[in-house]
Amino acid sequence: MIMSDATMENIYLAIVLSPLLGAVIAGLFGRAIGRSGAHRVTIAGVGLAAILSMIVYKHVVFDGAAVYNQALYTWLDTGTLNIEVGFLIDRLSATMMVVVTFVSWMIHIYTIGYMHDDPGYQRFFSYMSLFTFAMLMLVMSNNFMQLFFGWEGVGLVSYLLIGFWFKRETAVFASLKAFLVNRVGDFGFLLGLAAVLMYFHTLDYATVFAQAPGLAGQTIEILPGREWLLLSFICICLFIGAMGKSAQVPLHVWLPDSMEGPTPISALIHAATMVTAGIFMVARMSPLYELSETALSLILIIGSITAFFMGLIGLVQNDIKRVVAYSTLSQLGYMTVALGASAYAAAMFHLVTHAFFKALLFLGAGSVIIAMHHEQDMRKMGGLYRHMPVTWITCLVGSLALIGFPGTAGFFSKDAIIEAVHESHLYGSGLAYVAVLSGVFITALYTFRLFFMTFHGEERLDEHTRAHLHESPKVVTLPLTVLAIPSAILGWFLVGPMLFQGYFQESLHVTQEHDVLGEMGSGYHGPWNFFVHAFSAPVIYIALAGVVTAWLLYIKYTHIPALLAERFSLLYRILVNKYGFDIAYQKVFADGSVRIGQFLWRAGDVSVIDGYLVNGSAHAVRWFSGVLRLLQSGFLYDYAFAMIIGLLVLLGYFLPWASLLG
Amino acid sequence: MIALPQVLILAAILFCISVAGIFINRKNVLILLMCIELMLLSVNMNFIAFSQFLGDIHGQVFVFFILTVAAAESAIGLGILVVLFRNRNTINVSELDSMKG
Repeated sequence: MIMSDATMENIYLAIVLSPLLGAVIAGLFGRAIGRSGAHRVTIAGVGLAAILSMIVYKHVVFDGAAVYNQALYTWLDTGTLNIEVGFLIDRLSATMMVVVTFVSWMIHIYTIGYMHDDPGYQRFFSYMSLFTFAMLMLVMSNNFMQLFFGWEGVGLVSYLLIGFWFKRETAVFASLKAFLVNRVGDFGFLLGLAAVLMYFHTLDYATVFAQAPGLAGQTIEILPGREWLLLSFICICLFIGAMGKSAQVPLHVWLPDSMEGPTPISALIHAATMVTAGIFMVARMSPLYELSETALSLILIIGSITAFFMGLIGLVQNDIKRVVAYSTLSQLGYMTVALGASAYAAAMFHLVTHAFFKALLFLGAGSVIIAMHHEQDMRKMGGLYRHMPVTWITCLVGSLALIGFPGTAGFFSKDAIIEAVHESHLYGSGLAYVAVLSGVFITALYTFRLFFMTFHGEERLDEHTRAHLHESPKVVTLPLTVLAIPSAILGWFLVGPMLFQGYFQESLHVTQEHDVLGEMGSGYHGPWNFFVHAFSAPVIYIALAGVVTAWLLYIKYTHIPALLAERFSLLYRILVNKYGFDIAYQKVFADGSVRIGQFLWRAGDVSVIDGYLVNGSAHAVRWFSGVLRLLQSGFLYDYAFAMIIGLLVLLGYFLPWASLLG
Repeated sequence: MIALPQVLILAAILFCISVAGIFINRKNVLILLMCIELMLLSVNMNFIAFSQFLGDIHGQVFVFFILTVAAAESAIGLGILVVLFRNRNTINVSELDSMKG
């Protein structure tokens, strides 16, 4: 059934506004409606958005409705610049809407259990709904400005939620760090927007994409004597924004620290949705990126660096959430690599599957953390599978999906990415192929290191924790179960349509010579074939080798990791210090700006402004009036004398001496 | 017959005396008032002299006005002087410096 545009328009508005309404009610009237009122109203809002999103998805994907691209409201009209609020609903945004609202919904439910005793309960729900609103604005937008609005909106909520426990100093530090690092990326993004506006004279997607091929050859001169392709410049600037939001090297430093926030947030914002905004943005801009091989190569290289090196750090972390965080970084690297190889569909596919299994893993980690009374150190866990069967089994599903175990959702998407990179001929694709391939081993190793250290092996819990250890409540296990199902089976349904059968239609644009998925498509004969074919490729053996290594190191011969750390202490220290990014940024940028600030404060503010301008002018007035007061004797005859003198001077000046004398 | 310059010179001399009186006198406010009166009279002298030699009666009419105003003014001045003396208990000019900066 095809619904009319007017009906759909109301549905789109309801999808966006119902989470906002929930956020406003829970945020402003949280005290009046109480704790259960707050979670009811927000869950209802997001749930409505989720159900309506599924209706939209059915409408767009199964009923084959035409692409909806309409401006609904004029935000600002300055004559030359017309900023509108509008929706572009095609298969790309419909897919994102379902993922965002569904995962958000599940995590809202989970939060009832996780934040049960927290004093900021209502505030938390309000923020989460607000986040959902901003994220929906981002994905449904039909112009750059609204995209940027959503982009900053999710950034703001991310900042608020990382610093949710604002009494913890580390949380405040982490939230500020996330905000500042994202500012760096957003600066690039803004430059990109400005360039788009300057050369295309509009911020509307459709118009820009239509004009882009016409500007393909245009160059601009940023530094004197250095010509740049205009589109390369725009694409790289926009990608810098994506690097900030999607935490790519070297702007990745905020994501591990963001784990200071409550676990549901780590799952919702820092794994499933917000961090994928950069991936989504690049996919959305594919008509631009396709015209710039430089930008694609840069994306490929940055992505492969992130995928490989961030995975390595995951091997030495002991905080359960941080391991998952580094795994997120590494998986975002995979998506970025796919974008660079022009396999936008593969990136989106991995984005979708990753959203489910990574949210699942985070929520599983959160479930463990609840059971352990907010202990996050894996060295103090072990053998939990006896006590928490549901968490154990769902985490196993999530882990298998993450390493790309054959048949799971992650298997299809990750295999597609690796295959796509293999097919790519861009500069840097060889490096990327090596990185993603060895990344598979590392992924398997750290994932199962986490899994074995937490759920298997000897129990290293303290007595008190062991006595209270039990499975988490229903509101926690229900979302785990619901997320485990797509993590396990989603790939079977999506792999064919999404990658090879033109699922995204016109919303993703790939030029003929970059069309790696098209090449792969010629060898594709259904998901079962894809599944069987994988056994003849090295990828799954590499993954299995990782699992076996993890088993050897963390179950069988548990003394080896310490030995290895000692033997390769230099490497170990580099990894523990995260390649020194944090230290370097702290030293150079943070301390540097503090020092510049102090210098400006002392030299500029205290000495020049206060010393010379403010106090200086006051001193000058005081000195001058000190001189002037000598004239004020207070005696009448002095004043009269001054008057007479003045009179004489005036007379002397104005009298027509010449006629008098002559 | 007295010529115009002689009268003008007399008026100028009177004026200078009164100005000098204002500056040199450091003792008595009363003398200040008298000097001001003298200044007005010297100006009146000019008026009358010009009126006489130019044959214009307006100058003399003006002198009547000035004399009237001067009388009123010295009445007010003396009144202020009395109040001043009551308040400060002195009319010594060199002690009246409350305006000193």
